[in-house]
Amino acid sequence: MKKIISLILLPFFALMFSTNVKAESLTLGWAAWDPANALVELSKEFTAETGIEMNFEFVDWTSYADRMLNELNNKGKTFDLLVGDSQWIGGGAVNGHYLKLNDFFDREGISMNDFSDATVYAYSTWPKGSENYYALPLMGDALAWAYRKDWFDRPELKSEFKSKHGYDLGVPKTWGELHDMCSFFQGREIDGVVRYGAALNTERGSEGITMGVTAAMYAWGMEYEDPNKPYHSDGFFNAPNVVEAVEFYKKMYEDCSPPGHSNAYMGENLDAYSSGQVAFQMNWYAFWPGVAKGDKDGRVTGFFANPCQEICAATLGGQGISVVNYSDKKELAQQYIKWFARPDVQQKWWDLGGYSCHKDVLGSPDFVNSAVYAQGFLDSMGIVKDFWQEPSFVELLIPMQENMHDYIVNGKGSAKGALDNIIEEWEEVFESEGKL
Amino acid sequence: MDTSRSPMEPSGFSKKIAAFIIIVYTVVTLIPITWIVLTGFKSVDSAVSYPPEVIFEPSLEGYVNLFTARTRQSEEYLDSLPPPETWYEELVRSKDMVITGPSKFFSRYLNSMIIGFGATFLSIFLGTLAAYAFSRFKVPLKDDLMFFILSTRMFPPIAVAVPIFIMYRKLGLGDTHIGMIILYTVVNLSLAVWLLKGFMDEIPKEYEEAAMIDGYTRFQAFFKIVLPQATTGIAATAIFCMIFSWNEYAFAVLLTQFNAQTAPPFIPTIIGEGGIDWPAIAAGTTLFLLPVMIFTVVLRKHLLRGITFGAVRK
Amino acid sequence: MKKLVIKSKGLSDKAIGWLFIAPTIILLLLINVYPLIYAIRMSFTNFYANKLTQVVKNVGLKNYYKILGKEAIWEKMQITAHFMFWTLSLQIIIGLSLALLLNKKFKGNELLTTTIVLPMMLSPAVVGVFWGYLYNPQVGLFTYIVNFFYDFGSFDMLGSGTLAPWAIVIVDTWMWTPFTMLICLAGLRSIPGYLYEAAEVDRASKWQQFVYITLPSVLPFLLLALLFRGIENFKMFDMVMELTGGGPGSMTELTSMNLKREAFEKWKTGYSSAYAVILFVTIFGFGNVYVKVMNKIKDR
Repeated sequence: MKKIISLILLPFFALMFSTNVKAESLTLGWAAWDPANALVELSKEFTAETGIEMNFEFVDWTSYADRMLNELNNKGKTFDLLVGDSQWIGGGAVNGHYLKLNDFFDREGISMNDFSDATVYAYSTWPKGSENYYALPLMGDALAWAYRKDWFDRPELKSEFKSKHGYDLGVPKTWGELHDMCSFFQGREIDGVVRYGAALNTERGSEGITMGVTAAMYAWGMEYEDPNKPYHSDGFFNAPNVVEAVEFYKKMYEDCSPPGHSNAYMGENLDAYSSGQVAFQMNWYAFWPGVAKGDKDGRVTGFFANPCQEICAATLGGQGISVVNYSDKKELAQQYIKWFARPDVQQKWWDLGGYSCHKDVLGSPDFVNSAVYAQGFLDSMGIVKDFWQEPSFVELLIPMQENMHDYIVNGKGSAKGALDNIIEEWEEVFESEGKL
Repeated sequence: MDTSRSPMEPSGFSKKIAAFIIIVYTVVTLIPITWIVLTGFKSVDSAVSYPPEVIFEPSLEGYVNLFTARTRQSEEYLDSLPPPETWYEELVRSKDMVITGPSKFFSRYLNSMIIGFGATFLSIFLGTLAAYAFSRFKVPLKDDLMFFILSTRMFPPIAVAVPIFIMYRKLGLGDTHIGMIILYTVVNLSLAVWLLKGFMDEIPKEYEEAAMIDGYTRFQAFFKIVLPQATTGIAATAIFCMIFSWNEYAFAVLLTQFNAQTAPPFIPTIIGEGGIDWPAIAAGTTLFLLPVMIFTVVLRKHLLRGITFGAVRK
Repeated sequence: MKKLVIKSKGLSDKAIGWLFIAPTIILLLLINVYPLIYAIRMSFTNFYANKLTQVVKNVGLKNYYKILGKEAIWEKMQITAHFMFWTLSLQIIIGLSLALLLNKKFKGNELLTTTIVLPMMLSPAVVGVFWGYLYNPQVGLFTYIVNFFYDFGSFDMLGSGTLAPWAIVIVDTWMWTPFTMLICLAGLRSIPGYLYEAAEVDRASKWQQFVYITLPSVLPFLLLALLFRGIENFKMFDMVMELTGGGPGSMTELTSMNLKREAFEKWKTGYSSAYAVILFVTIFGFGNVYVKVMNKIKDR
C-alpha cells in the first residue's frame, strides 16, 4: 500500500523540484548521458561555494545537435552555458554563437597550456590550431573498445584460438587481429548461449556509422583533404587505403555483428554487451566507468584503444564548455568556467566519472592506476582525429551517413562508389560556400 | 435457403464465425500493446533477455527510472551515503545508482494534458460552429471553402514548420502552450469541420425550423435543439481530435524545446544510463496511453453510435 | 415565408453564418496560408536559416530545377509510393473485411470494436520506437512469434534492404486498419435494410447482394477513409523516423523525412521550401481530383 501511495506521490515531488528557479542561477545544456549526471553531482560544490544555482537541461544524443543548433540559430536565451560537441566549434565561432574566451582567460589567469594540447586543439580553437579560444575542454573522449576479458581467459578458448591463428588471444594489436578475434566468437556457444563477435557503430540517423567507420579509416591513414589544398578531398578521401578500410569495416559488420545490429550506436552497443551477446563493443570512453562498474556474475571487462593498422589513430569525441553569446548572464557563466578550470575541481571531475583534460590530472602518477581504462584514454587522446568541424559540418555528415550505411549495411554499390558520392556532395557544399 | 428470418439477419453460424475471426484479430492486434504494458513492469535486464520472457519477476524499475534521473556510482561512494529513505531510492541503490533529481517526464505529461485537451476543446468549439453554418446556410463558395479547409491538412508539417517557427518566435508564441494549442486546433479543424458537417447534415432541419417558427432565434435553435442531437457526432469527432493532439510529434519536436514540450518527443529519448531503458520507455508509453484510452472508453457509446452517421434516425 | 419569420428574431442567418465560420477561416488563413506564401517566397531564394548573416539571393526557379532533376528525390517518391500503395490496399481490404464481420452484430461486438481501436491511440513516434524493440532479431517478440510458426532462422526486419520497407508497412497497417474499419462500419450501418429485403424477394444471391448493394453503399465511406489515410501516409514522418531512421541506407526514407533533413539538419531553407511546395502541389492536385470524384460518386 505504501508503495502505491509513494508511486502516486512521486510525480508530485518531481513537480516540486522541477519548478525550482532561484534568484541567481545559470542554465547549462548538455546531452543526456552518464557524464552529464556526474556533472550535476560535481556542480553541487559550485553552488555550495558561490550560492549560484545550477539548472541543467539535458537532451538525448540523437536530438542533441538538432535541438541545440536550432536554439543557437535562433539566438535563444535559454542557455547560459553550453557543452557543445567538438564539431560545433566552427559554427559557434563563425556565426557568433560562442563568446570568445581569450580576454576572460587572460583576466583570470587560466592558461590553455594547462590542458592537454590535443584537447585544446580539438575542442577550443577556431580556426583549428589558432589561439582563438571559444570553449574550455570539458570532456575528453575518444572511441575505444571493451572486451570480455573473462572469456579471453578461458583456457579452452585460448588454446583453440592459438592453434587456429598462431598467436595469443588478447588485446588485438591491429584491425586484422581484431577481425580474427571477433569472428572467432561469432556464433560460438558459451555457457549454453550463442554469442557474437562485436557490437559496432552502424546508426543511420545522426552520426553513428560515421563515427564507427572512421575508426577504421583513420587507422588506415585516411586524410579528409589534401594538406596543401584545403577542401580538396578527391584523391585523398577516396584513396585506395581508405577504400580498403571501408571494405574492412563492412567485413567486420558482416562477420562479427549480432543479428539486427544494423542501426546501432551508443545505447544499442551497451545493451548488446551488457546482455552478454558480444565479445567486443566499440564505444566512447564516457561509458567505460558505467561498464566497469557493471561487471558482475563473473564478467570481467578489459579495455583497449583503437587498434592500429597502417598508423595508430582514434576517433575523437568529447566536448568543450562555452558561454552562449546570447545569454544575459555571461559574467556569471564565466564564473562557472573559472571554477571548473581549477585543478582540484578537475580531479574531482575525473573521480566522479568525467574525463578531465587538465594536464595535472592526466599527468598525475596516480592517474594511470585510478581506472582500468585510464592508460587507454591517455594513449587515445594522443592519436585522435576528428570529422569536419566546419560550420556546415551537418551538410557534410549527412551524405557520409547515407552512403556509408547504404554500402556497409545495405550492401549497395561499392566502397569506392560510396566515397566518390560523398566527395561529390562535399564539393557541392564547399562550392556553395565559396571555399572551392 | 433459410427464409424464416429476415434476410438482413445473419445466421447463427455465420455470426459465430464472424465473432471467432474478430476475436482472433483482436487478440493478435493487441499482443504488441500487451507486450508494451508488460515490459513496463520488467527489470532492465529481463527486458533484453533472449528469448523474450513471458513469465518474469515484476519490478517497478521501469516506472522509477521514468520519473528520476540517476547516475551510476562506485561501491565506495554508495557506501559513504546515508541509508536510503524511500522504497524507490532503495530500488535505485540496489542497481548501484543514485537519484540525482526528478526527470522531466511529469512536466511533459502535464504539457500534453494541457495542450491535448485545450486543442480538442477549441477545435470542437470552432468546428461545431463552422460545421453548423456550412450545413444550414447558403454560404457563398461553400464547396471551395470546404475544400480549402481540407487542403490545410495536406501540408507536410515539416514544410510549414520553418515559417511557423519564425512567425511564432516573432509573436512570442514559440515553445508556449498557447502556441501549440492554436497550431493543433488549426490542424484538427480540417477533420473536425468535415466530420461534424456530416453529422449535422444528418440532423433533420425540421426541428429547428419548427422551433424558430415558435419564436426561437436561430442562435437559440442551434443551442437548444441542434446541439443536443449532435452530441454523439461531437463526441466521436472529439475522440479523433484528442488522439491527434495527444500524439502529435513532428510539430512538437520542431516547435517546442523545453517549456511546452509534450510527451511524444520526450519518450523516445529516455536513455537508460547503461543502454536503452526499455522498461522506462514502456512505462512511459503505458502511462501516456491511459488518458486517451479512458477518454475513448468513457465516450465509446457515442463513438459507436456516432459513426453510424445518424443511420438510426433514418 | 420562412425567411421572413427568421429574420425578425435575433441575429440574422447571414450574420450568424459569418460569425460561426469566420474564426475558423481566419485561423486557417493565418496559420496555413501565411506559411504557404512564405514558403513559396523562400523557394525562390537560397536562404539558409542558420546563416542569417549571409546575403539572400534570389535564384528564380533554380531550386525547382535542382529538385526535379535529382535522382535521389525521385527515389524517395518511389519509396513513399510503395509505402502508400501497400498500406492503403491492406488497410482497405482488412478494414472492410473486419467491418463486414463486425456488422453481423454478434454478442460483444461493441466491446471488441472498442478494443480493436486501441492501436490507433498510440503516438506514432512511440510506436516506431517500440516496434524497433519488437522487430529485434534476438529479443524481439515479433521475431520470436514468426519463428514459432516457421523457423526462418534469424532475420532482421529493419536491417535488411528488402525487408525494411515491409516492416514499415506492417506497423502502419497494424496501427490504422481500425480507422478504416470504423469508417466502413459507419457506412455499412447506414445501408437501409429494405434494400436487402427487396433483393431477397428478387432472389439475388448473397454474392450479388454484396456486389450490387453493399459495395456501392460503402464506397463513399471507403473513399473518405482512403482520402484521409492517403494524405496522412504521404506526410508520414514520425513513425518511420523512429523505427528505421530512413535506413538501411535510404531504403525507407520517405519524402517527408528527406525534407526534414534538408530543412532542419542542413538548414537549406530556400531549397527545402521549393521541395515543400512541390510536395504540397502534388497532394493538392491529387486531393482536388479525388474529392471531385468522390462528390460525383456521392451524388449518384
